[in-house]
Amino acid sequence: MDAALNDNNEIQKNVRPNFFKRWGFLLWRSKTGTVGLIIVTISVLIAIFAPLLAPYDPAMINPASMLLPPAWLEGGSTEHLLGTDNLGRDNLSRIIYGSQVSILVGVASVVLAGAIGVTIGLISGYFGGWIDSILMRLVDSFLAIPTILFALVILSIFESGVMTLIIVLGVTNWVNYARLVRGETLSIKERDYVRAAHSIGVSDFKIIIKHLLPNVISSFIVISTLSVATTIILEASLSFLGLGVQPPVVSWGSILSDGRDYLATSWWIATFPGIAITITVLGIIFLGDWLRDVIDPRSKSN
Amino acid sequence: MAKFLLRRLLQIIPVLLIISFIVFSLVFVAGDPVALMLPDDASQEDVENLRESLGLNEPFIVQYGIYLRDLLTGDFGTSYRYGTDALEVVLDRLPATLELAGLALFLSVVVAIPLGIWSATKRNTSMDLVATGAAVVGKAMPNFWLGIMLILVFSVMLGWFPVSGRGTFLHIVLPALTLATGIAAEMTRLIRSSMIESLSQDYVRTARSKGLKRNLVVYKHAFKNSLIPVITITFLQTSTLVGGTLITETVFAWPGLGQLLIQSVYARDMAIVQASVFIIASLVILMNLIADILYRYLDPRIKLN
Repeated sequence: MDAALNDNNEIQKNVRPNFFKRWGFLLWRSKTGTVGLIIVTISVLIAIFAPLLAPYDPAMINPASMLLPPAWLEGGSTEHLLGTDNLGRDNLSRIIYGSQVSILVGVASVVLAGAIGVTIGLISGYFGGWIDSILMRLVDSFLAIPTILFALVILSIFESGVMTLIIVLGVTNWVNYARLVRGETLSIKERDYVRAAHSIGVSDFKIIIKHLLPNVISSFIVISTLSVATTIILEASLSFLGLGVQPPVVSWGSILSDGRDYLATSWWIATFPGIAITITVLGIIFLGDWLRDVIDPRSKSN
Repeated sequence: MAKFLLRRLLQIIPVLLIISFIVFSLVFVAGDPVALMLPDDASQEDVENLRESLGLNEPFIVQYGIYLRDLLTGDFGTSYRYGTDALEVVLDRLPATLELAGLALFLSVVVAIPLGIWSATKRNTSMDLVATGAAVVGKAMPNFWLGIMLILVFSVMLGWFPVSGRGTFLHIVLPALTLATGIAAEMTRLIRSSMIESLSQDYVRTARSKGLKRNLVVYKHAFKNSLIPVITITFLQTSTLVGGTLITETVFAWPGLGQLLIQSVYARDMAIVQASVFIIASLVILMNLIADILYRYLDPRIKLN
């Protein structure tokens, strides 16, 4: 008995370093996974330290330096590396600050959508019957309206801003999680340990929290990572249409929208925020694909 | 099959009801349309009369009932901007959108199928890397930015295509390319992984070991079987496709449903917004139904219930 306990302690002690070693190894083995993690880390750091990194106040209007090209073009200067816009605002600073909105809205709304979707999926899958029928018809209804259209209509009614964006994207985006979690719940609830828990009188709530939730979390992590990528694009699209964040808050989408009117003469305003979006989203997709391969080897995509 | 169809059709009724409720509630929350419909100097009495005649003084649930009754007769209300039946205005714009979406879907299929098969059969070569790399970049690029960049290069710099509008074939090239890129990227990734799975199946190995030519096996055995998920996913892309037209039409001033919708959202022309949401949702539901039927029809292993 003592020996067994000791063994157990040994195992306990070894879990942590092995855990990190294993994940570190898995990450290192996948080049795209590593690239993804690096891009995501850099984007997050830029967003957090934007006030320190940005050379100018992103909202500072300077009529003396209107529509200056990037530093490497004729007429550009190293004072404004990526040029300035029609109001003389520094493009680089605006892009640096824009990352805050994209990442904040992307992550927060996915967390909100995930919370709604996982809850509905668990309830729908576990209880089945008419509850399931009603919730699934609700899911079908949300699926029939394209997310961007749904968000657009809601944003036209309420005052737009970062908080509204997070709520709107959270409320319109939960459907995928609900479907996924429901599917997984349906199969997990038939397993012996869940049936055993049920037969000894464990409450439904406890079964859902203790047995079902931990089992659906890994698939949730995979799709929510990829969903941050699509949400960032969605937020940019809405801000591009003028229904997202309002000035003086900057978002990559709103810079693009401003730059569109000056495309013929000052292409740099609209070009660089798009590159920022593409690189960030690319990093998240790489990270998400890698996570999927590691967490759920069945769906390996190589 | 008949039983399955009936059940699926019956499921559509509550879905349409829920959508009508969501749409109506949003419009209800959006507030009084009367202010937009009358001139600024209208008297208080005129406002009250219009409110009364529009039934805006009734409680929520009564208004919803009236709304549903009108819906059943195809009456989505009158657009205050166009002064005509909202449904008519929406249906008027639909062909332009279908034209754009159709061409984009066609382009995506034409590019994605060969690219997907090619990268699956040449797996882990540099060619595969290029194809999958292109697909992932296509997926990461925001639609509207790609559109703007295409305008910058091909319209502003090279002058090959018009910047915006609809008319000649040249007008549709850039918007269709913009819309097709994201979908082609998604489809390429899907076809590739679907093909890889088919290629690893026993029947493919058996066919190869019988001495059948490699190309024959790839197309006759593997590709045919990986087509099932591809076809269903193509239909399920309708929602993404329609969502994409909203943005693309705005970027290129393409006079379709998307552009109309966004202008109506800005102008708070709620009759048009409601009618569009309904038409789009019905379209998506129809496509999903077709996807479901095709899926069952194409794969005899799936039971029809």
